[in-house]
Amino acid sequence: MGIFDIIGPIMIGPSSSHTAGAARIGQLARLILNDELTAADITLYGSFAKTGRGHGTDKALVAGLMGYGPDSIVIRNAIETARKNGIKIHFFFSEEDAGHPNTAKILAYGTNDRKVEVVGRSLGGGRVMITSINGYAVAITGEENTLLTHHKDVPGIVASVSRVLADEYVNISNMRVFRKNKGVDAVMIIHTDDPITEACKQKILACNPNIVNVMTLKKV
Amino acid sequence: MDLADAEKVSPGIIACRLEAETSGRAYQDVWKQMDETIPVFMKSIRRGLGDHSKSRSGLVGGDARKLYDKEPLLLGPLAKRAAAYAVATAEANAKMMCIVACPTAGSCGIVPAVVAAVGEHVGAKRYDYTRALFTAAGIGHVVAENASIAGAVGGCQAECGTAAGMAAAAAIDLLGGTTEQMKNAIALALKNILGLTCDPVAGLVEVPCVKRNGFEAVHTLVAVEMAMAGIKTQIPVDEVVAAMDQIGKLMPVSLRETSLAGLAATETGKRIADKLSRENKDY
Repeated sequence: MGIFDIIGPIMIGPSSSHTAGAARIGQLARLILNDELTAADITLYGSFAKTGRGHGTDKALVAGLMGYGPDSIVIRNAIETARKNGIKIHFFFSEEDAGHPNTAKILAYGTNDRKVEVVGRSLGGGRVMITSINGYAVAITGEENTLLTHHKDVPGIVASVSRVLADEYVNISNMRVFRKNKGVDAVMIIHTDDPITEACKQKILACNPNIVNVMTLKKV
Repeated sequence: MDLADAEKVSPGIIACRLEAETSGRAYQDVWKQMDETIPVFMKSIRRGLGDHSKSRSGLVGGDARKLYDKEPLLLGPLAKRAAAYAVATAEANAKMMCIVACPTAGSCGIVPAVVAAVGEHVGAKRYDYTRALFTAAGIGHVVAENASIAGAVGGCQAECGTAAGMAAAAAIDLLGGTTEQMKNAIALALKNILGLTCDPVAGLVEVPCVKRNGFEAVHTLVAVEMAMAGIKTQIPVDEVVAAMDQIGKLMPVSLRETSLAGLAATETGKRIADKLSRENKDY
């Protein structure tokens, strides 16, 4: 925690967890979708479901999905703005226990049938964590430059990717590998000190035939 | 604070330097980032005073102006102004305007209100405001590291209590008090908020939060007045923070931002929550 976690963030009220955090979750979901948003189905859990509307959680999530941050005044009229832009938004309120009181699940649709399911938690003070992407357990805060790969669970992926990063002179600060089942689909998340360029991303995608998809998030 | 004394500078200067060191950024960049919060603080006060509308729930809004416009009956003009500023900022927050969390959104009115009211009184310059905010942030950081600043963890004492301690430190800085007076002011402000619960009606940052910001601003001024008069705390400030941590841990979860007890569980509190809950799902 730094000084600007104490005086800050600069944000649209009323709640750092329910408003600023929600905007951040939406923003990260948009970055993960990596496309123009055309529609979103949003499920709110726990305290988000109970008090979300009074805290503008709904508006903040939608503003984030449109690419706006916690301090953007767009949050106030985000749902109207989305409708005006032809973005279809649906909200669902769940009674289920999502494992954390401030949880949202976002099914975000882009163009050409592109879609992604993102689950995020608001941890307090405006800080958040994406805990799942398309059913894969992940842990992304967006506070660091992030590289995420979907790949087949076979030997050599870590070596291939780290080779490209080494060649591009990108320093890894930490990395984690997750898989659904042995030998099937896996996800790798690498945090880097420097942002990953589009060229570097393309090299990673091409470096090993078992890598299905690569996403990059610049720290926000 | 020992560092500040050794170098004969404000604790705010030390806080800025430590932040620069730990984040690996330039001192000037860190200074500039704090400096840029000042217009946001000022605007949140102005907009809170100028906007008469109610929050979405209808529970708060328009009270800051009422207080601001009234001739003080009992309070001194500075204390009354501070209370109005704090309520204004908290109302701005409840009405989804732009604020600076300080240390949280729910307690965002206390520091700007005290800093603005005292700053106006002493004719502070922009540099002084920035330095005082660094001092406040440094104190908030110490509390965060040794106790908590989240209502869900430590009750309202963690949010409004920390804010009052921060505001007290900033005020002493603006008044040119010693670090000894600063420690006393923080300890006095914190001690009088120990045990304060977080039981907001319908889970919203509105009742009792908005008006409480006004109360805590004045409460802070009393602590500062006492410390500047030479009154000393019997319990040192570090031990008060430790006590705050312990009390927070002993506090039942029903009184830590869950709205299961206290004001939230009163007959009226529950009625408001039911009404808003029905409206909540109205899409």
